[in-house]
Amino acid sequence: MAEHKWTMIVDLDKCTGCQACVVACHAENNVPTASETEVVRGRGLHWIRIERYWEGEFPDVKAKFLPVFCQQCGSAPCEPVCPTYASYHSQEENLNVQVYNRCVGTRYCGNNCPYKVRYFNYYSPDFDEPLNQQLNPDVTVRSAGVMEKCTFCIQRIRRTAETANAEGRDIEDGEVVPACVQACPADVFTFGDAYDPDSRVAQRVPQERQFKLLEHMGTEPAVYYLKGGETHVGE
Amino acid sequence: MLESKAENVPFWEPPVPEDEALRQQVEHARDEHLLLDPRPPAETNALMLAGMQRTGPVFWLLVVGLGGMVLALLVTWFIQMNQGMGITGLNRSVMWGPYIANLVYFIGIGHAGTFISAALRLMRYDFRRPIARAAETVTLFGLAMAGLFPLIHLGRLWKLYYMIPIPTQRELWPNFRSALLWDATAITTYLIGSTLFLYAALIPDLAMVRDHVTGIRRKIYGALALGWRGTEGEWHRLETLSNILGFIIIPVMFSVHTIVSWDFAMAIQPGWHSTIFGPFFIIGALFSGVAAVILIMVIIRKGMGLGYFIREEHFNAMGIFLMILSMAWVYFYFAEWITNWYGNLPMEVALQNMLTGELAPLFYLMLFANIIVPLGTLWSRRVRTSMPAMLVIALFVQIGMYLERVLIVSGFLSRNELPFNWVNYTPRWPELLITVATFAFLALLYLVWTRVVPIIPVWEVYEGQALQSRRRVGRALLPTRSDPH
Repeated sequence: MAEHKWTMIVDLDKCTGCQACVVACHAENNVPTASETEVVRGRGLHWIRIERYWEGEFPDVKAKFLPVFCQQCGSAPCEPVCPTYASYHSQEENLNVQVYNRCVGTRYCGNNCPYKVRYFNYYSPDFDEPLNQQLNPDVTVRSAGVMEKCTFCIQRIRRTAETANAEGRDIEDGEVVPACVQACPADVFTFGDAYDPDSRVAQRVPQERQFKLLEHMGTEPAVYYLKGGETHVGE
Repeated sequence: MLESKAENVPFWEPPVPEDEALRQQVEHARDEHLLLDPRPPAETNALMLAGMQRTGPVFWLLVVGLGGMVLALLVTWFIQMNQGMGITGLNRSVMWGPYIANLVYFIGIGHAGTFISAALRLMRYDFRRPIARAAETVTLFGLAMAGLFPLIHLGRLWKLYYMIPIPTQRELWPNFRSALLWDATAITTYLIGSTLFLYAALIPDLAMVRDHVTGIRRKIYGALALGWRGTEGEWHRLETLSNILGFIIIPVMFSVHTIVSWDFAMAIQPGWHSTIFGPFFIIGALFSGVAAVILIMVIIRKGMGLGYFIREEHFNAMGIFLMILSMAWVYFYFAEWITNWYGNLPMEVALQNMLTGELAPLFYLMLFANIIVPLGTLWSRRVRTSMPAMLVIALFVQIGMYLERVLIVSGFLSRNELPFNWVNYTPRWPELLITVATFAFLALLYLVWTRVVPIIPVWEVYEGQALQSRRRVGRALLPTRSDPH
């Protein structure tokens, strides 16, 4: 199979902080919803989260939104520290993947992730009626004691790859659409294969507005953020 | 002359000088120094055995109380496995808490045992003789307690076998790039090495007990003593074995705590990613470990009536040792912290949280307990030879070093690169209970151990005493020591 470099571009200038991506991700990936007390304890569980930063002093404040999810690092800090290879790098998709069955829950990967996008299942997930009816059958429901994180909707990548393979063709650009990309009303996300020179991601980067999150740490993220000038919400 | 007379008498019958002034010197030396105060082995053995048989109501009350704590630990652990790690106070950013701090702490106190015993043995410091086994036992049980914590900490203990290098049909091995695997390997090596070292030195004492008991006990101690008879060849082999194990164990000891520190230093978490962590952790470990040995010396001396063996000179020597380690700890601590603080990188913001933020009370208590208390008091010989004072100082050092571990583990994790993820950590009852109960577990094991094996290596004391002699120089009668090596 051909190798891919799945890449995401997040245009921060378009993000309104509406959290539609967060909800879509919860639905697609069977992410349990943490209760209020759990969130207060700092255990909110979202594979993608909108980090909201405030600038300035009231009343002259500006909000900045930063959707953060697993950056699928090319040189991922979480991978070497896992004693059981539960966190490893997939050759085919160039993604940082998590094997839930293999995870024993040392939580070393979570400590070593500078983005803190790895979430630990402190309790077994509990999906109240009728939410249990809408669980995605393509995605494992993770038990207590394992780590989980954004997979770039690898189930969708795999399904598309299998279909394309069966039809004897390559995956087309735009054929794989992760849940967050699909749900975003402002079209913030661009997703595709950076190894395909004709893909939109390959053509949109590099560009002037581009930066990577915590780029100085040398983690080689596969997520590009775009941010130009002084654009803020409400302007 | 005195020497010629001494040659023909057993070592426990010291020469009695005719001169009154010299006799007073001899008497004074007997009071001061254990090795210059030999008594007939029958008498000393009886003293040791009497200590081992002290099982009054206080003993049983302690056994029941501490046993209850151990039971509480097991129940809490079971609840945690059943319900999930959620019953702890850990959160999304602070994924390691007191469980890991306990691991580091208990390995730390385990350090001093081997160091006191092996290093001082090889360097021929005689003050180690009566306290060597008490120290080695701290190693043994400290490591046992430390070994509990990676297990208690695991999210899915029942999948532990993925971390063990066993051949499976998957042909998938544990990840040896992970510092946790290095850690497990180093700790296991150290545990095996120090257990062998402890056991080798225990054999003559087990034989001593064997010769004083009857019935089933005689059989058990006889089997454990491996048929020790005390021939010259056996002593010679024991000496050789102890020296070899001593030389092996010292580098292993250095490697263990360095590797434990690498669990942190290898991670890119700000505050952890530091080249100095290896030596810094070793010094911290020795510091807390020596304090732990002092604590236990005070307790067993009082509880088992071992005033003959453990004397002021030993507290004095250990007090000096503790003071030197305190200075070394201060040096490493500030070498590390001043660099970070002065550099003032935004990433190192956790330091501000300790200096002026929420963690400040713990931070200053740690500095007080680790610096002001030992350095402010241990310079005085009167303090060093006062058992209540040493007990209090050793307790303060334990508190200080424990806080240091907690601040390193949870304190730094609570501040990381993206301010959105800053979460403060507060422990909840399971962590607190398990932590306290582990101290109780250690105490229980120690308590039972002291009643089962001689906690003082009496043969080492005899050996030291037999090597002493006195020589007359002018008007003085000086103790001399022969070195058979």
